[in-house]
Amino acid sequence: MTTPRLALRGLRKAFGRREVLAGVDLDVRAGESLVVIGASGTGKSVLLKCILGLLRPDSGSIRLDGEELVGLSGPRLEAARARIGMLFQGSALFDSLPVWRNVTFALTSGRSVRGREMKARAIAELARVGLAPEVADLRPAALSGGMQKRVALARAICARPDILFFDEPTTGLDPVMAGQIDRLIREQVSALGATALSITHDLESVRRVADRVAMLAGGRIVWEGPVGVLDCSGHPLVERFVRGRAGDSPVGAEAPA
Amino acid sequence: MRLAARALVTLGAFVLQGLAALGGMALFAATALGRAVRPPWYPARLLEQMALVGWFSLPVVGLTALFTGAALAQQVFVGGSRFNAESTVPAITVIAVVRELGPVLAGLMVAGRVSSAMAAEIATMRVTEQLDALVTLRTDPFRYLIAPRLVAATLVLPLLVIVANAIGVLGGYLIATTRLGFNGATYLVTTARYLEWEDVRSSLVKAAVFGFILALAGCYNGFRSTGGAAGVGRATTNAVVVAFILILLANLVITVLVFGQ
Repeated sequence: MTTPRLALRGLRKAFGRREVLAGVDLDVRAGESLVVIGASGTGKSVLLKCILGLLRPDSGSIRLDGEELVGLSGPRLEAARARIGMLFQGSALFDSLPVWRNVTFALTSGRSVRGREMKARAIAELARVGLAPEVADLRPAALSGGMQKRVALARAICARPDILFFDEPTTGLDPVMAGQIDRLIREQVSALGATALSITHDLESVRRVADRVAMLAGGRIVWEGPVGVLDCSGHPLVERFVRGRAGDSPVGAEAPA
Repeated sequence: MRLAARALVTLGAFVLQGLAALGGMALFAATALGRAVRPPWYPARLLEQMALVGWFSLPVVGLTALFTGAALAQQVFVGGSRFNAESTVPAITVIAVVRELGPVLAGLMVAGRVSSAMAAEIATMRVTEQLDALVTLRTDPFRYLIAPRLVAATLVLPLLVIVANAIGVLGGYLIATTRLGFNGATYLVTTARYLEWEDVRSSLVKAAVFGFILALAGCYNGFRSTGGAAGVGRATTNAVVVAFILILLANLVITVLVFGQ
C-alpha cells in the first residue's frame, strides 16, 4: 500500500474547554482532490490551520509523505512549507505590494529582487488564471473579488507546490465567478499534478472540484467517499447536509460517536 | 469591607493585566530583535519604513517644534521679567528644547502618527489573514514586518529630533528677535554658549529610545489584535495610549539617570 501524500491521525485541538477537533483521521492520496465539507463552525478552518502549522494541535499526527509535521521547525519545516500552496478564503493578498510582487512572493520570500524576471514570471502566472498583463501593476485593492481570487490562485501555484490547500475558495463570489474559480482550480491542480485539499460548504463547488469528499462533524471525519456517491452516501448527516437541512441545528453536535 | 475587598481585587487585576502586557511586549521585542540580527534582511522594507517614520513626519514635528520653541521663549521672557532675568531667554530655550521638548514632543507627535498607523496596518493584516499568508509563503512576519519598523524608528527618531531641536531654537530666535527686542547675533552666540554636548547626547538617546517604544507599541498591539474590525480599532487606540505613557515614563527615567546626579 502506498504512503498517502497527507495523513492525519488522531488530530485534536481545543480552545479552552471547547474541543473543535476530537481525533481527526484522514488520508489524502497523491494526485487526488479531496474536499472536506461540514457546516459552519465545525472546525474545517481549524483543521486546515493545524495542517499548515498556523495552529499547533494538542495531540495527533500530521504526515506529509511520511514526514511528521507536528513539532517540526527550522529548515525542515521550511522545506515542507516549500511544497505547499494555499489559497485563503479572503484571498489574503498583500495590500502594500503590486499584484506581480504578490504572485511571485513565494519565489522571493518578499525581497525586492530580480524585478524584471519576477514581473515576467508573474505575467505568465496571471495568464494561467485568465488575467491580462495590465493587472500585474495594479494594487490588490483595485481588483474585484473574483480577480483577487484569481491572483491568489496564481500566487498559490507560482512556486509549483506538490500540495494545494483551498479555504472556501468560492465564498463571496457570484455563481458564475464561483464556477470559473472552481474550473481554474481543477485545471491548475491537474496541470501541476498536485494533490489538493479544499474545505467548503458550497456543494456546487464540491461537485466541480472533488475526486473524494470527507465530512467533518463533531470534531471527527464521519464519512468519506467518492464525490459520485455524495448524494447516496447513506449517512444521515451527509444526507442532511446535501439536502440543505443542516442549518436547522448544529450538524456537528449530532455527530455519532 | 466587601467594597474594599472588591476594590482591591479590581486593583490587583489591573496591575496583573498591566504587568502581563509589559511582559508580553518585552518578549515580543526580544523576539523581534533576535530575528532582526539574523538574515534574511529586508533593506527595501527598512528604507520604506525610514521614509514613512522620518520623512513624512517632518512637517508635523517641525511645526510642533517651531510653535513650542516660540511660545517657550515668550514665556521665559515674561516669567524672567519678574526678577530681571529676561536675558536668560536664549539659554533656557535651548536647554529646554534640546533636553526635553524636542525629543518628547517629537516622540509624542510621531507616536500619534506612526504607532497608530503601524497598529492599524498590522492588525488589518491579521484580520485579513495576510499574516497567515506570510507564514505559508515561508516568510517570518517578525523579520518581514516587525524588525524593519523597530529598526527604522530607532534610527530615524534621533535624526528627526535633531531637526526638531534646531527648529525649536529657531522658533525661540524668531519670537525673541521680532517681538522681544533681542539682537539676532547675540541670541545665537548665547544659545551656542549654553548648549552642551551632554544636552545633545541625552536628546539623541531619548529619541532613539522613544523611536523604539513607539514602533514597539504599534507593532505589538497590531500583531496581537483579535476580534475583526473592532479589534483593529482597539489595537490602534491601545498603541497610541501605550506609546504615550511609555515615552513619558522613559523620559522621566532617562532624565533622572542622566541629570539626576
